[in-house]
Amino acid sequence: MNITFIIQRYNPLVDGSPYYEHYLIDADPHERVLDTLLRIKDTFDRSLAVRRSCGHGVCGSDAMLINGVERLACKTLIKDVVEIEGSVVLITPLRSMPVQRDLCVDQERFFQKYREVKPFFIPAAPAPEKEYVQSPDSRAKFDDTTKCILCASCYSACPVVAETRREFAGPAALVNAARFILDDRDLGLAGRMDGLDNDDGVWACENHFDCTRVCPRGIKVTKAINETKRSITAYKNGKVHDEIA
Amino acid sequence: MVHEFDTVIVGAGGAGLYAALEVASAESAPRTAVVSKLYPMRSHTGAAQGGIGAALGNVEEDRPEWHAFDTVKGGDYLVDQKAAMILAEDAVRAVYDLEHRGLPFNRTPQGRIDQRRFGGHTRNFGEAPAFRSCFAADRTGHMILQTLYQQCIRSNVAFFNEFYLVDLLIDGRKCGGIVAYELATGDLHVFRAAAVLIATGGFGRMFRTTSNALSNTGDGPAVLARRGIPLQDMEFFQFHPTGIRGMGILISEAVRGEGGILRNRSGERFMERYAPGLLDLAPRDMIARAIVDEIRAGRGITGTGDGADYVHLDATGLGAQTIEKKLPDIADFCKTYQGIDPALSPIPVQPTAHYAMGGIPTDIDCRVIADNDGSTYDGLYAAGEAACVSVHGANRLGTNSLVDLVVFGRRAGKHMAGFCSWNGLAALPSDAEGRSLEDIVRLKQPGDSVAIHLLRDKLRATMMDNIGIFRTAQGMQKAVNDIGELAVLWPDVRVKDRGGNFNTELVEALEQRNLLDIARITAESALVREESRGAHAREDFPQRDDERFLHHSLAWLNDGKVRIKTRPVDISRWQPKPRKY
Repeated sequence: MNITFIIQRYNPLVDGSPYYEHYLIDADPHERVLDTLLRIKDTFDRSLAVRRSCGHGVCGSDAMLINGVERLACKTLIKDVVEIEGSVVLITPLRSMPVQRDLCVDQERFFQKYREVKPFFIPAAPAPEKEYVQSPDSRAKFDDTTKCILCASCYSACPVVAETRREFAGPAALVNAARFILDDRDLGLAGRMDGLDNDDGVWACENHFDCTRVCPRGIKVTKAINETKRSITAYKNGKVHDEIA
Repeated sequence: MVHEFDTVIVGAGGAGLYAALEVASAESAPRTAVVSKLYPMRSHTGAAQGGIGAALGNVEEDRPEWHAFDTVKGGDYLVDQKAAMILAEDAVRAVYDLEHRGLPFNRTPQGRIDQRRFGGHTRNFGEAPAFRSCFAADRTGHMILQTLYQQCIRSNVAFFNEFYLVDLLIDGRKCGGIVAYELATGDLHVFRAAAVLIATGGFGRMFRTTSNALSNTGDGPAVLARRGIPLQDMEFFQFHPTGIRGMGILISEAVRGEGGILRNRSGERFMERYAPGLLDLAPRDMIARAIVDEIRAGRGITGTGDGADYVHLDATGLGAQTIEKKLPDIADFCKTYQGIDPALSPIPVQPTAHYAMGGIPTDIDCRVIADNDGSTYDGLYAAGEAACVSVHGANRLGTNSLVDLVVFGRRAGKHMAGFCSWNGLAALPSDAEGRSLEDIVRLKQPGDSVAIHLLRDKLRATMMDNIGIFRTAQGMQKAVNDIGELAVLWPDVRVKDRGGNFNTELVEALEQRNLLDIARITAESALVREESRGAHAREDFPQRDDERFLHHSLAWLNDGKVRIKTRPVDISRWQPKPRKY
């Protein structure tokens, strides 16, 4: 079907400000938006800068705004965003990160915030000869939070990061911290309070749920952040928080 | 700009990151840089689904010796057998090590790492399928990549992200470092190092239908080949039997490991005719050929017998619960791309180009081999899919790639750390960036030009059609000719974008040149091997010929011509036998 892609273009070295370019293209309803973008790149303008790798939603490279909503271009099919001939698809880069070129945004600060919550395993006990024993139920508790691919969709969608509090750690950092706090092999909060229990940590989250709404992996991000808030409160009161499953 | 390090690791997938961790923990504390064309968490290791194979014996008794034997037989006896034993024995330590670093494996009811069956893995030398694949849902690769990257954060590993390998500094047998192109600025950087590890992954993008990421363009092997370093066993490229129809996206063997069955248009479990013992868990090359045979015989689902035809992977017998717990990501792919629920409908699948068994030849310490006498370069290493030890021989078993990464990534790191405590930097050549700069300047020249995507599409088509699952002399010669014609066009390729910042067009042109060189070596190596072995199946030579061809092939690229020598295979433990399942 013939549709129009309107793509935000911007080369900071050359352009005064971002602008929109229109591309009329024939797209199969079952193809990925990424496929269409790459065909536009081949056919119309080979300088279109877009990050992409796996093409099937596991690497997190191609997060962008499609019709104003954060999505992975390779997991969004044309038929998901367009219904009839002549429709328009708007493609713009992720928010809250400076544009490096076109759809490529600078994710350094995003990754720095991720590193600051200590998103690595801190064992609660010395390693046994074989594996740490962990029950299937314990394993299930943090399964959701292991799915994060650091695509930054949640970070882009978060109004706190965008407006209220730029230094907020952001949903992705917090969900990755939660992954370890909920893992019963890990030291949990005992090793991570500083990065989380502050005004730019969990407490800045205002429960907008935009992160949960856009997460392409379907992670219940807000839930994980609220879990962490409850755990921190309990921890400070000298209790161990009994998570609600 | 010139940087100096003790070790430089090119590639931030499983092998590169594990090597970085190993070097970081060395007493001598070598200064290390990881140079990667992608942000590390985007590496293709993250796409691996099914599991990492290790003889833990958590579900049933298992032994590394059985794992090693399965690997050797799975590789159709082209596997170096000492290397296979190292792989199988060290796999156990490696899996526990990953778990100790936090990897969230699925668990048995007893709380141990859960294991499932996988293609070609057996107990007691072929008696029955073995429960050897240690898994984390169906995203084991994602978990491994995340865990290793997290550990690198903890160990403060230095990363140079979105730096593209464009050249190797080599003088005779001595490696001096690399040259890399910085995507953000267009600058060339020289990284001097006493030891360099190439862990740049595979090159499936030379085929039209592939499970591989767009980034998998064989940069390491191609750069080395252009510097006179041989590549080994390039004719062996695995076609995974089950990719999403029309797209090539991987549907893990784990579906069959959990009980999924391949069916033709009559609903028949056709693997009963091709591998009566292991059925749908036979090695991948056998199943891929079986699927093509079924389709050619008119028994595909559409019955047309052409490229659009396919077969069914039936997981409806597994139950929604099993799929949700153990195969959730695959269910998601089926839903997103095909609009089906695998618990209710069979999955349309076709073979897809998946894995390079061949690559940069190394010894068991990952040192790159220079010639068929087994002599090595100083300070040059390779590991992971880019390397060929050889542990996978003519066909790789599922779950063995993730083991390969962690076992040999670590061995490379170990040896490199030792090497650079005794060896300093090689002298810096006077014009280290010269060759790379020439290429870039030429690409940016104005003029009526050849569009890189036409070259790209023609290459992928001829490779898929002629160097695919079934090969003939005629077809392979056609591929060689086609590639020759494309190579003639290369010097006239121009990019329209002449900027420096985020010039993706330039980088993609360089990647296509790498694929062209790799494809040429692959096609020529395939033409010369007049037998069928593992993934290399010839309609004109349908039998395995141990007398003439039980050897590794070593191929040099020189001025557009490929020269091939042979090297012996280590068959010290198990004598080659007919490969039946």
